[in-house]
Amino acid sequence: MSSDIRFTDFKSDKQPTWCPGCGDFGTMNGMMKALAETGNDPDNTFVVAGIGCSGKIGTYMHSYALHGVHGRALPVGTGVKLARPDIEVMVAGGDGDGYSIGAGHFVHAVRRNVDMTYVVMDNRIYGLTKGQASPTSREDFETSTSPEGPKQPPVNPHALALASGATFIAQSFSSDALRHQEIVQQAVEHDGFGFVNVYSPCVTFNDVDTYDYFRDSLVDLKETDHDPSSREDAKDVILDSEQEHQGVIYQDEESVPYHEQHGVDEDMSVIPDGAPEGATDLVREFY
Amino acid sequence: MAADFNWAVGGEAGDGIDSTGKIFAQALSRAGRHVFTSKDFASRIRGGYTAYKVRTSVDKVQSVVDRLDVLIALTPRTIEENLDELHEGSVIIYDGERTTMQDVEIPGEMIGIDVPLKRLAEEAGGAIMRNVVALGAACEVADFPIENLDSALEKRFKDKGQKLVDNNKEAARAGQSYVADEFDHEFDYDLETTDEDYVLLNGDEAIGMGAIAAGCRFYAGYPITPATDVMTYLTGRIEQYGGHVVQAEDELSAINMALGAARGGARSMTATSGPGIDLMTETFGLIATSETPLVICNVMRSGPSTGMPTKQEQGDLNQMLYGGHGEVPRFVLAPTTIAECFWKTVEAFNLAEKYQLPVYITADLSMAVTEQTFTPDTFDMDAVEIDRGFVVDESTIDDHMSESGGFQPHEITEDGISPRAFPGTADGAHMSTGLEHDEQGRRTEDTEMRVEQVDKRNRKVETAREREDFAPREFGDEDADTLVITWGSNEGALAEAVEFLDDEGISVRVLSVPYIFPRPDLSEDVAAAENVVVVECNEQGQFADLVEHDVLERVDRINKYNGVRFKADELAADIRATLAAEVEA
Repeated sequence: MSSDIRFTDFKSDKQPTWCPGCGDFGTMNGMMKALAETGNDPDNTFVVAGIGCSGKIGTYMHSYALHGVHGRALPVGTGVKLARPDIEVMVAGGDGDGYSIGAGHFVHAVRRNVDMTYVVMDNRIYGLTKGQASPTSREDFETSTSPEGPKQPPVNPHALALASGATFIAQSFSSDALRHQEIVQQAVEHDGFGFVNVYSPCVTFNDVDTYDYFRDSLVDLKETDHDPSSREDAKDVILDSEQEHQGVIYQDEESVPYHEQHGVDEDMSVIPDGAPEGATDLVREFY
Repeated sequence: MAADFNWAVGGEAGDGIDSTGKIFAQALSRAGRHVFTSKDFASRIRGGYTAYKVRTSVDKVQSVVDRLDVLIALTPRTIEENLDELHEGSVIIYDGERTTMQDVEIPGEMIGIDVPLKRLAEEAGGAIMRNVVALGAACEVADFPIENLDSALEKRFKDKGQKLVDNNKEAARAGQSYVADEFDHEFDYDLETTDEDYVLLNGDEAIGMGAIAAGCRFYAGYPITPATDVMTYLTGRIEQYGGHVVQAEDELSAINMALGAARGGARSMTATSGPGIDLMTETFGLIATSETPLVICNVMRSGPSTGMPTKQEQGDLNQMLYGGHGEVPRFVLAPTTIAECFWKTVEAFNLAEKYQLPVYITADLSMAVTEQTFTPDTFDMDAVEIDRGFVVDESTIDDHMSESGGFQPHEITEDGISPRAFPGTADGAHMSTGLEHDEQGRRTEDTEMRVEQVDKRNRKVETAREREDFAPREFGDEDADTLVITWGSNEGALAEAVEFLDDEGISVRVLSVPYIFPRPDLSEDVAAAENVVVVECNEQGQFADLVEHDVLERVDRINKYNGVRFKADELAADIRATLAAEVEA
């Protein structure tokens, strides 16, 4: 691994087909910078991407990667990390991928606390299918499949994470480049499952949750007396329906990641040429 | 063949039937006798009817039969359920003091042995040992040396202390002496012992052991009957060989975890049954198009839907062969014996990595929960060979770069097999995807590259046909006019059935097929036979359809798969060309 890795090393030679101005550009840049800043390089990094506009990130980044099935990115990341504790694993997907079709996996990935980073590019809309309500769309957000709005409350991913025993919960905004990078970096460095929901505006299909909206309404937790090590503080921020926040909402400093809990620390790609030593003991057990 | 002896213990779920039966089977195996076990069980934790049956002989036994010589009946229903198998002179051991058994009627032609199981167990140290009292009684009836039972009791209880072992031995002797003292009937059973060493295991255990032997390090699964035993076997064992088991939240997650581990370079596996395969099919195409080596074990049970979860069926063949949208190659192996469950699992891992595709290994409920004895060298670990296929490292990766310097995990090659680079390999970074892709794994809709990639993936199957031996196993009379073909777990029953038929002067030739895809070409065998019968445990004859398909007349085909519809003028030209080729031929 060379020591002079720049974030552009994580860029592939494919030009993104995201709409000009899409929040995903900023989200991806921050991810690449966070990876480079934490001493990773493309050959020891594995990116798992879901399906949707956000899922294209695997194509635009340069690293080992899997662009998987809709909603299943977290299980794939879990498998990669457990088999290869030496590899940096980053999972990325959208709000539909993570909180709708993949919601079940999200809860359990949080519980397992595998040492990887999960970045959700949340634009509160289904973009690639041209503008339907997503699980984080507002109750009254009108779309082609919800002409009067979904009439159901949006999923609160941070609350879901906290209730599932998360050890790192954060919120960032793709256009606040420095803070976004800083927050993702903290998630990468966290010893366990680092979850970052990123407001990554869709400029084509969402005219409510816009850059201007987030710029005007976000309060940075860094500038408040919020204590990220306190679950109580985290709960207050998460359940505050009046105010949008960015920053690290919760971090358990005592987090024990999955591989330590379960003693999984070997590079599983290396195996002997024949049956493992001592395998005959397995036969003897059946006497 | 030496006389076989058929024994069973039955009662309600929760009566400890399974462990009682297992102890007796173990005692027989340790006494150098061959054993073949089977279970009648229901999908419930308490109540109902459940039984554990043991067939034993000094010769090899590889099937169940419809006959029961000695039955330990803890409930009246156990007798009712087995009336068809019991015969004149069959012995029924029961506890007449048990409330539910007080009024039980033993059919006149059978011999009832009323033993106060609970009372004798209490005297030996606890009512919980009543089944062991019954085992002691069974030893006396069958003239089976009780020391062999001691050995099995030691294996079963040694972790819980010598006191418990001794109490159990005493309980067994109480049952034995009671029968010897109270009944002067001469039973004509004689379970002789031999000096042979045997191991006793079921299909799920053989698959699990095969996985560890093959270097499988990662297993993710979700509990489901009858595949759960693969997972319970691996748990606590695979860790000793550097591996890990994850219980996933569902089968969707399980297969994606296994896929992730495989992308990381680990030999990786999941096991499930039909309903789980339904869910896993979602990810199947991704595994195949990303050319990821993965072993998927399907222990079939009776479907469709929830079906009969604790009953036998071989109904998932078409699901495994054709499941999933689009067209992708996959291999399907179906071991025909418990020993083959071990070896075919090893082979499945090698095939998966050599050809970089998903490999199904399928057993069925009967084989999964059936235990059978084998000599230990059947599972000779020194004979296990590992072939990881085409993997590049830092020193060889340079030969597989594109002009622009990107690694090519889907390089177009003559044999269809491309290089693999595990994460961490310098300059090997690449994406794998379910999208159609170019040689570097980057998304493409280029019509020519699409066709090249499809053809490349399919070429791997042709390469495997050339390089591997997918032969069936043959037995019976090779010159017989009648050919019987079967697949999967029916082999044992068929092998013994052939002996029955032979006694009646009917000779048959049998081909037992463990490879469903790619499969052996049986067309000449079919053509040479006068009668062809395909035996399988399903209603529609899914394998019979394949055999018929393989001997059908071939038609010319025009196929288009570059992503563009047929065009009239192009199609006319294609048909013209096909006809011209026909004329030339």
